[in-house]
Amino acid sequence: MARITITLPDVGEGIAEAELTEWNVALGDEVQEDDVLGTVMTDKAAVEVPSSVSGKIVALGGEPGDTLAIGATFVEIETDADAPVAAPASETAPQSAQAGPEGKPQPEPGPEAPGTAPADGSADPDPGTGAPAPPQPSAGSAEPRASQRSGTAKPEPRTRALQPNERPLAAPAVRQRARDAGIDLRLVAGTGPAGRISHQDLDAWIANPQIGQSGTGRAPRTDSEDIKVLGMRRRIAEKMSISASRIPHITIIEEVDVTAVETLRAELNASHAAARGKLTVLPFLMRAIVRAVAEQPQLNATFDDEAGVIHQSGAVHVGIATQTPNGLTVPVVRHAEALSLWEAAAEIGRLAQSARDGKAKRDELSGSTISITSLGPLGALATTPIINHPEVAIVGVNKMAVRPVWDGQAFQPRTMMNLSSSFDHRIIDGWDAAVFVQKLKALLENPALLFIDE
Amino acid sequence: MQRLTCKLLIIGGGPGGYVCAIRAGQLGLDTIIVEEKTLGGTCLNVGCIPSKALIHAADEFHRLSRFDGTSQLGISASAAAIDLAKTVSWKDGIVDRLTGGVAGLIKKNGVRAITGTASFVDGKTVRVEAPDGSTEIAAEAIVIATGSEPVELPFLKYSGKVIDSTGALALTEVPEHFVVVGGGYIGLEIGTAFAKLGSHVTVIEAEKSILPQYDSALTRPVLKALEKLGVTVMTGTKAEGVGPTGLEIETSDGETRELQADKILVTVGRRPRAAEAAIPSLGLTMDRAFIRIDAQCRTSMRGVFAIGDVTGEPMLAHRAMAQGEMVAEIVAGHRRQWDKVAIPAVCFTDPEIVTCGLSPEEARSAGHDIITGQFPFTANGRAMTMENEAGFVRAVARKDNHVILGLQAVGTQVSELSAAFAIALEMGARLEDVGATIHAHPTQSEGLLEAALATLGHALHI
Repeated sequence: MARITITLPDVGEGIAEAELTEWNVALGDEVQEDDVLGTVMTDKAAVEVPSSVSGKIVALGGEPGDTLAIGATFVEIETDADAPVAAPASETAPQSAQAGPEGKPQPEPGPEAPGTAPADGSADPDPGTGAPAPPQPSAGSAEPRASQRSGTAKPEPRTRALQPNERPLAAPAVRQRARDAGIDLRLVAGTGPAGRISHQDLDAWIANPQIGQSGTGRAPRTDSEDIKVLGMRRRIAEKMSISASRIPHITIIEEVDVTAVETLRAELNASHAAARGKLTVLPFLMRAIVRAVAEQPQLNATFDDEAGVIHQSGAVHVGIATQTPNGLTVPVVRHAEALSLWEAAAEIGRLAQSARDGKAKRDELSGSTISITSLGPLGALATTPIINHPEVAIVGVNKMAVRPVWDGQAFQPRTMMNLSSSFDHRIIDGWDAAVFVQKLKALLENPALLFIDE
Repeated sequence: MQRLTCKLLIIGGGPGGYVCAIRAGQLGLDTIIVEEKTLGGTCLNVGCIPSKALIHAADEFHRLSRFDGTSQLGISASAAAIDLAKTVSWKDGIVDRLTGGVAGLIKKNGVRAITGTASFVDGKTVRVEAPDGSTEIAAEAIVIATGSEPVELPFLKYSGKVIDSTGALALTEVPEHFVVVGGGYIGLEIGTAFAKLGSHVTVIEAEKSILPQYDSALTRPVLKALEKLGVTVMTGTKAEGVGPTGLEIETSDGETRELQADKILVTVGRRPRAAEAAIPSLGLTMDRAFIRIDAQCRTSMRGVFAIGDVTGEPMLAHRAMAQGEMVAEIVAGHRRQWDKVAIPAVCFTDPEIVTCGLSPEEARSAGHDIITGQFPFTANGRAMTMENEAGFVRAVARKDNHVILGLQAVGTQVSELSAAFAIALEMGARLEDVGATIHAHPTQSEGLLEAALATLGHALHI
């Protein structure tokens, strides 16, 4: 059991005392935290004083009509918790009982009214006239908004910003508590004289760190967590290790002017999106790959490095690296060489969705002969893709952006996109890799070539 | 060779090291402390404590000499006599009790103390050489607390006539002519004591003023008292070497002569013992001659801490103790950091000087807009009844919010005000806080209350 004294908080405007107008509780009442205890009247407004704790009222600080000093005992509450002896009611802001349309304490109409705007700096409801709206005659005629925080009753925090080399004013015990809790005292508003930070200020901060500021300071962290690599993540890790350890990668980064293909894509989407679905740049790239590997079949292959055999594939099964909640998976668009643009787009969309939902079937996740990796808008300038072992090539799509391109006479705004492609250098010579990349570039820059049979 | 391991190894058993050891023991850390001489370091053995014992004896002796029939108290007594050898053995008894006490505290807290000379093998290993064999200690964390030692002037080597403070505190006869080279607080404390014991004391200082770390308002009462004691203070004067009858000097106007001296005390400063214990082999980042530390007393090498005089100014025992306590807690995993607002400093001359925080000059040069005020002990009842009217208490505060930036006092026994000063600063008191605190009457501490009120412009008793 603890007996808590709730003091009359500073209800705003720097007043020293307030008139008690009403008790909302009586001796012996059980109150909950935030219940209204009573109402006090300042020269500006009636303000409700809420309870900061739950418990039983054991003493009242006066009779209605009494004038109470700010900080005087308001009520005493017996709680069953072990709690500090004094708790300022201001931990939860008092509430305005008579609220105007903006939910602010309503100034008295009169010539002095413009000077009595709420101290929190909120806009006057009707600044044009200089005369505030009349008080609402009854709670029934307007939405009562008495629960809105008045904001004026908080103890005045430190108003002067700390100088760069100035230290916050706090007793040694407060400083040590803050350090143990990892709190930077420079962020904590002190309510004491000259902005001194008290234990109560620290409690208030811990309970409710100010929005927009981190509650933790720059105390060094000593914690660490061991996470077991299991399931999907473990398989990804194993596959990546095999790819990176067995395959000597050569990565080529080339820029591609995709203005034309983008124009084409926009037009196709404008005319056919409703019926056939939307196209992304991927089906175009997939088609370019199909055309390019027709000339360089050694790139559409898997390399069984243990048996020392390259399986060159007639079918082009394109793996699409896809981020799922569980990690990276590579669903496979089968027979890309036989798909139209829209069929490819639909298949990419379907596979991506079933991979994300975890419903992709086993044969939808294996058997690719070449892969595409795209981070979409996160695609960066360049990447160093890791080949999906046992394939021998992967094409990475980087971010598209309009950049100035010199056309011989002037800079032209062109939509540019980089391709970062990696090849298994054991099988693919740099020359062949470069020819392949240049072929992709040529096809994408002149998209008509994608659709002309040779 | 014996091999030991521990969590925390402390090199040096002075106030920084032994406090670190006690706290580490309390926290349950497996701790070893190595000291080459006696636990307690300079402070207990040859510094703070023995010098205060000598000062007390000198005060008591001198008190009687004032009762030569001229005392306004109406007391007269026959001339006093002193057997300095007996005084020194009394002083040694106190030192023995205190160092024995430290050894007891260390043992009580489960810390192993080893006597011997430590030297680093590497950043985790220290070899200790002792007459009965050597020990190699491997530790997770090592604290360097090797302290400082008096600076020796090349032309005034310590031998015979020329002594350092340790030698001065062990003199068994009062020298007739006593010359102090260096007008810092150590020289003046000991010089004052020997003047009270009857020596003809001369203090020579190469700089323009004595006690250069204090402003002239604080040192003026000390200078006046020295003059009254018959101490000659020669500023702008350089020591040249030992002559046949004393000390050869060059005065401020270029004149070379010889001061008669039976003993020459050289107190021209202290230097860090950062070359001991093979510390240089670690290649730590230094700050001139001192070991550079961060706000957790960490050196540039992981797991190696340094505390106390070896880390820089102010070279004060209580700074080292606070650092030692902090480091023990850091090694135990606590979140601690050096965030002290102020370190009080006391000069045990007669009158004493106590300072905490910033002087008006320091506050201004730090960019503060300040107000300052002081209250003289001539207006303090208790000071009058003790014939201690010299001196004053002074407060320095920010002009905008009255937060106290510094407190200083000069006066008899004002060293005891250091606690109130430090608490006021550390708690972030404003002038109004001190002004609204009841100070007991009649005490000299009322001077603090009145100085705060004087700074606010409404001192009561002046």
